[in-house]
Formats: sequence, structure tokens, C-alpha cells
Amino acid sequence: MKDRESWRPKGRRILAMVKKESRQMIRDPATIAVGVVLPVILILLFGFGLSLDVKNVPLAVVLQDSSATAQNLLSAFALSRYFRPQVVHSSQAAERLMIEGRVDGMLTIPSDFARRFGAGNARVQLVVHGSDANRARIIESYVEGAVGAWSARQAVQEGTAAGGGPVEIRSRLWFNSANDSRYFLVPGLIVLVMTLIGAFLTAMVVAREWERGTFEALFVTPVRSGEILLGKTIPYFALGVLGLLLCVAAGKFLFHVPIVGSLAVLIGGSMLYVMVALGVGLLISSYFKNQLVASQLTMLATFMPALMLSGFLFDLRSMPAPIRAITYLLPARYYVALLQTTFLAGDIWPVILPNAAALAVMVALLGYASRAVTRKRLG
Amino acid sequence: MQPPVVTGTDLRKVFRTPGAGGKVWALDGVSIEVRAGELTALVGPDGAGKTTLMRLMAGLLVADGGSLRVLGFDPAVEPQRIQDRIGYMPQKFGLYEDLSVQENLDLYADLHGVSAAQRGQRYPQLMQMTDLGRFTGRLAGRLSGGMKQKLGLACTLVRSPELLLLDEPTVGVDPLSRRELWVIVEHLVHEQGLTVLTSTSYLDEAEKAARVLVLHRGKVLAQAEPAAVTRAAAGRSMVLDPGSGPSARIVQARLLDDPEVIDAVPDGGLVRVVGSGEPGPGRDTIAGLAPRHVEPRFEDGFMVLLRGTAAHETGVDIRLQRPPAAAAAGAVVEVRDLVKRFGDFTAVDHVSFRVRRGEIFGLLGPNGAGKTTTFRMLCGLLPPSGGVLQVAGVDVGSAGAAARARLGYVAQKFSLYGALTVTENLEFFASAYGLRGALRRERIDWAVRQFELGGHARTASGELPGGFKQRLAMGAALLHEPDILFLDEPTSGADPLARRAFWRRITALAEQGVTIIVTTHFMQEAEYCDRIAIMDGGRVLAQGSPAQIRGLAPTGGGRQPSMEDAFIAVVENARGRDAQARA
Repeated sequence: MKDRESWRPKGRRILAMVKKESRQMIRDPATIAVGVVLPVILILLFGFGLSLDVKNVPLAVVLQDSSATAQNLLSAFALSRYFRPQVVHSSQAAERLMIEGRVDGMLTIPSDFARRFGAGNARVQLVVHGSDANRARIIESYVEGAVGAWSARQAVQEGTAAGGGPVEIRSRLWFNSANDSRYFLVPGLIVLVMTLIGAFLTAMVVAREWERGTFEALFVTPVRSGEILLGKTIPYFALGVLGLLLCVAAGKFLFHVPIVGSLAVLIGGSMLYVMVALGVGLLISSYFKNQLVASQLTMLATFMPALMLSGFLFDLRSMPAPIRAITYLLPARYYVALLQTTFLAGDIWPVILPNAAALAVMVALLGYASRAVTRKRLG
Repeated sequence: MQPPVVTGTDLRKVFRTPGAGGKVWALDGVSIEVRAGELTALVGPDGAGKTTLMRLMAGLLVADGGSLRVLGFDPAVEPQRIQDRIGYMPQKFGLYEDLSVQENLDLYADLHGVSAAQRGQRYPQLMQMTDLGRFTGRLAGRLSGGMKQKLGLACTLVRSPELLLLDEPTVGVDPLSRRELWVIVEHLVHEQGLTVLTSTSYLDEAEKAARVLVLHRGKVLAQAEPAAVTRAAAGRSMVLDPGSGPSARIVQARLLDDPEVIDAVPDGGLVRVVGSGEPGPGRDTIAGLAPRHVEPRFEDGFMVLLRGTAAHETGVDIRLQRPPAAAAAGAVVEVRDLVKRFGDFTAVDHVSFRVRRGEIFGLLGPNGAGKTTTFRMLCGLLPPSGGVLQVAGVDVGSAGAAARARLGYVAQKFSLYGALTVTENLEFFASAYGLRGALRRERIDWAVRQFELGGHARTASGELPGGFKQRLAMGAALLHEPDILFLDEPTSGADPLARRAFWRRITALAEQGVTIIVTTHFMQEAEYCDRIAIMDGGRVLAQGSPAQIRGLAPTGGGRQPSMEDAFIAVVENARGRDAQARA
């Protein structure tokens, strides 16, 4: 039905809407604040959180070896500003302190520590309180650092290669042993930023036109409602991709998060999610026609679930079944799974494909629904 | 003859009102016709159904009954085909305020598929017509009200539409911009043969149309050429000369109660009356004065038509419970060398005037003349950059709160809480003015009674019809019985009936000693004032009684110069002098 001639004006109209929307986007300081400044602030905030939050960690030290070498290691912890060691003489005592939450970790220096250190294969055991996975990871790396530095120093002081091989740390997480993603933070951050840009910004754009009365004149032109929606989607999609690249770059270069999978899958999956987020924002905005209601609702419907029910902060498997069932409705859930896989495990297609398919279905449904509620009619 | 561009038969549209729980027939069996190549004007009081009718034609609403064809298409079935062909300027055009003038134009040109070659020809025309050429880079949000309307019109004219729908294009636009806008519209109709349908609350605009459609409460009262409407008042129009007796304004207000009088307005020191009696010589005297018959004008005919439908509220004679005490002689409001600068822009430039107790003082001026800024300083909302400002004998600068307690202010935009009901708004403002207990209840009852708000007491004020919003705003401003009332464009967008009711109340308040300062874009309304000042560019250009101001208009052309002629002459002379001084 549509011959080629009718596509040309269509393209021109979409381009005109994209131009208009981009100009408005760039001129609105709030958009730039949410789209660019906020991701940067979040990255820095989380980044500094990594290095600044953890100090004076209460640590139970189970000293089973009374040798000078073990005492020496203990004093290294005592002198550090990162730890506040508390010496106990049995693992039971240390466990009690852990359970009561009075210490964040327990370090066991076994009775054969000095002997094995001399032989170059010394071992200590570290158990960290895993309820706060983020803090646990940090503590773990600090202990590693402290022990590593100590053993290097010992080696220099002893002056002999024989005295002071590397100390192996056997560490375990308690209470959250399944969560072993070392860099869960950056993928989580990406989910949040994508949700903010995608849903939160677009939630305002359609409602704003209704509120300011700009639609009435726009409707009585050759522009079709689908073209209006497309014109609004494209610039925000671009902004979302920009935010994504910022996050990935920060993760890679600032925090040295490994990307095990391919960048193409990572970005492709993220684009799908941005489209879902855009669709949610547009749908809410088109339906409620009120900026305040739309932004509040978007916050409740997208951001909060992305934070709490996506498996980013809280493990989905530990949720009660009814709540776990709800998470299947949340796009963020699929995106978190997709991101964690590509970041940490690689291009595992059996995981990526179903999650990507779920997102694609959502894009289609949301697109259809937004199109249906945005009609060129008043009242 | 060409077929009509629009034909509507027995059109009906119903709206459900959430507050009252009822239905409102916005259109109740409307049959209309818009002829090709003509200017058709749509007039009628607020809520007559004018906007609804236009939206039906534009395909933005769907009728609940009847049939409508626009350019041969049914807007309910094929709205897009109509929207591809017509130009539509809604009441609030809704320019993108964060886009520049040029970007707004380009957007509409792109959407209408206007080629670069066509633009090269069209843009200079539009710029010349609207005089916006100097402002192409300016953000639309920074344009004055009149310029925004012109840009809105330009956006709908980026290509020649087959039909142009204009919904009250001149609301809130000053007389100068209004005249310029009409020059454009008439040019389009007469030179380019465009078909235009425009709604308006200015009856002098309707008179310029080839045909007029008078709508009232969803029904068509008349559909004819303007002269036919005027003829409805044939033999009924008279003028009275109050001479040295009570002023024209007072005579006029009293006459509105006379069952044999359809309309009475002050007009150039005289009172213009439309009688309800059979066409003929009429009574010997009206209000003790000898009437002189005159040629009817369009407005007279319009009032006759409206009165024929139902007795219409013209405003009760408002009674204050505690009128302002007779103050000592001297000015109640004194403004001397008032200056307000925003950065290097001087919005108010050495303005001086004095207003006595019980006077109605009118501030007239084009958009951006500095009227609202002056008002805000008078109310103590904005600190002046220099000059003396005394209200009720108190210096506003040093004792702002004391001055504010004695004045009431009705802002240009509806500034009550839309989500609160009428009663809740009144309760809130009564408390804000420090009224308590029995007095508070008494004052709220008074406001509801005087402004006839009883029927809407539980309606959310945001959903009130325009006229009622205005009454509620007035009621709220009078709760604390102020000595002085500031009204900023209170009648913008109001229809002729609502405006008469409004002025009736104002006149009654002034008679009881309330001092009133008012701004307006309706030049005939200046006739109600005791004295007026014309402002432009932050300065007072002329000041005096309506008769004195009218005397500043150039005479000639055989007719009595109107207040509008005087206004335009004063402003244009001053602008001309400035331009010369700069050159």
C-alpha cells in the first residue's frame, strides 16, 4: 500500500521530530544532569565507596601459633589503620564474635604457620562476614594486601630466599557464599543508570507536551502519532548508549573490571534494555499525561525494582517464591542476568539468548502499547 | 459558487463533569457552514462551545452525534487527511519555548513537507507579515505575548492551508499587536483567498468577518452576515448624556437592572443603551435623561440576540459589609519616580501617578509595557530599584506587610489552588489573611453570596468555567475587605457578558470607597475608569480622564475617535520619537 513516495515525507517528519527533541534535550539542564552528570557521580561515589568506606575493620585473629613470626604478622595487622585485630585463642570464640556481628572477619593463623613460612608454603585462613558482599570483598582484598606486604617485608628483612615464601590465603565467605562475583558493582551500576536514563527521562517528555499544551497544534499537522513516539525515542536512546559507554569505560579503566564476554554482546544486550526502559517511560508518560505522576510512578515501577528485585543487591534465589515470581515481570531481572554473564562468565549463549529474548518481547509489547495510548485526540 | 468547506449538521458533543456529576452539552444540535474563501467569525459567551466545535473540525475530538464534513472528509473517520490540509491555531498555541523562533518555524515546515525552495519564498513573507525577522534566533519563551501569537500564526502558515482555524488568536494581546494580527488575517483572506474560521471574544473583530456564527450554550443563535446581527438592534440603540449629574459609569450600572434595558455601557462620556422594547421611538426618558436614537452597532445586535435566549446574569450590585473608612484627603496610592531595573533592562522607568479613594484607575499599555512589574511593586512582591511608593499612607518598602494587609490582588494568571474546591480555597485565603472564627465564616459566606458561587461550592476550582474562576479570584481577594484592589488583566479572554458583570461589581465597589487599579487590553473598558495612564517601554506616555485621553487621537475620517485610536496614536507617536532619537 505504501509506495516509496510516501516513505520520504515520513522520514523527513521523523527527522524533524528527532531534531526538535534533541534540541530540547540538550537545552534542558535537568536532562543533562540525569543523563551524564548523574552516571559520573554514581560511578565516582561507588568508586570512592570502594576505597574509603572500609577502615578499622574489627577482625578476630585466632592465633594458634605462638611463634615470633606469627606475632610479627599479628603486629602488622595491629599497626595498620585498616584493621582492629582482636586476638582469640579458639575458633569457637571467633565464630561467636562473628555470629554476634562484633567482628567482620576471622583470620586463623594455624599452629604450623612459622614452620611452613620457613618452607615457603605458609597458609592462613580468612573467613569474612558476607552479609554485606561489597564490604566483604574489600576486607578480603585488604587482608590479602596486608599479608602480601608483610611477607614481602619479611623476605627482605630475612635476606634469604628460603625464609619467606608467599603466604597462601584460604578465604571463604560466610552467609553469602554463593555470591562470588568479584565485580558485581559495575554491572549493577549499569542497570541503574540505564533505568534512570531510559525510563525516568522519557517519563517526562510526553507528559510535558500534554501539560504545556504543545500537542494540540502538533497534532493538526501531517505528523503521525507513531512518528511522534519515534522522534522521542531516538534521542533518548542515543543518550542511553552514551551513559552506557561511560559506565563500561569507567568500570574497565577506573575499577579494572574484567569483561570476560564480548563487548558486542554487552552493548547489544544493553541496547535492548534501554529500549525496554524507554518503552516503560513513554507508556507511563503517554497514559498519565502529568509529569509529576509519571515521574513518581516510573521511579516506583522501574528504579526501585531494578535496585531491589533484579538480583543486583539481593540474591533472587533467597527470595520467597511469590516475590521471585514477580521478578519474572521485571525487565531489570533479565538484564542483570545478561550483564553478569557477559561481564563475569563470557558469552554463554544458553544464558544470553533467553534473557535477550525476554527483553525483545517486552520491547515489542511496550512499543505496541505506547502506540495504542498515544492517539491524536484530546480528552 | 464553490461548495462549503465545512458543513456540520445537528452536531452534538457531551462532556461529563466530574464535580457536579452531570453532563454538559457543549454542542447541542449545531448546524453550521463555512464558505470557501471567506472569513467566518465564531462568537459567543464562555462555554458556548466554540473551542469544542473547532476541535471537532480539526479531528481532535469526536462528535457524539450529527454529521460533519471538513474539506469533504469526515474528521471522525479520516482525521489525518484533514490534518494534512488545514492550519489550526489553538487558543494556547503551545510553541516550544526552549526552541528559537526559527527552530519552531522549521519544525512545522519540516512536518508539513515544505521544500527548501518554497521556504525561501515563504519565510521572508511570514517574517515581513509578523515583523519577527529581528528575533529569529530568540527562544520562543522569551517573546512577548503578542509576538508569541504571531509566531504561532506563522507556524500554521508555513504552507497555504486549505482551511485556517483560529481559536481566539487575540486573547491577552495588546491593541497594537491585535491590529497587526488582523492585518495578516485579512490579507490572507482578501489577497490569497484563504478560508478562515476564527473564534473571538472581541466583537469588533467579528464585525470584520463576511459571516458571523453566534453560539450560545451549545446552540446556534444566528448565522448571518454581521450587518444582519446588527439589525437585530435596529431602532433600539440610544445614547444618554448624563451631563453634570452622576457619571456615565454610575448611570450605566443602574440601568442594567432596568427590565426594559438590554445593555448599557459608558461610551465617550455618554451612556449607550439598548432598549428591550419594540423597535420605535421608545420611552420618553430613561433614568430621567432624554435618549437620543443612534445607529446600532454589531455589539448591540449581539446583546439583543443573547438576551432573547434567557435572562442573563449581569452582576449583582455588590455590597461591602464594612466599606473603607472615608480617609483624609489625599492619595490612597502614591507612586513617584518609580524605577525597576532587571540587570541593564529598565522595566519601569520613572513612573508617577496618584490615585484617590474610591477612584478606578486604569493602566493601559502594550505587552511588555511594565504594567505587571508596576503592580508587583505596588503589592510589595518586588522591591523597587528607586522611587517613592506609598499605599494607604504606608511606605511599601519599609512596611510591606502593613500595606499588604490593606490591599487585594488578583493576578493575571489564575493563581488559586486548582485541586481545592471553591470553599476550600476561600477558607485557605481567609486564614492566610488572618481571619478567624465567626468573622471568617461571615466573610466566606459573604463572598459565596456576592459572587454567586453557591452552586459550585464543592467544585474543584481548576474545573470551574472561566467566568467563575475570575469571580472566585475576586472573592478571595476581597475576603479581608481591602481598601485597595489591584486587578491585572481581569477580563482577558472573558466574553462581553462576563465583562459587563465584572465591571458592574467594580463600579459598585468603587462607589463604596474601594480604590481600584486595573489593567486591561479592552480599550472600551477604559471608559469605566475615572482616570487612565498609558504606558509603554516602562514609561507613562499619557495620563488623564478617558475624555482627555480620547482627545489625543487624531480627528478625521468623519467618525468620533475611539479610545483604541487614541491608544494606538499615543503609543506609536512615542515609539516614533524614540526611533528618531536613536537615529
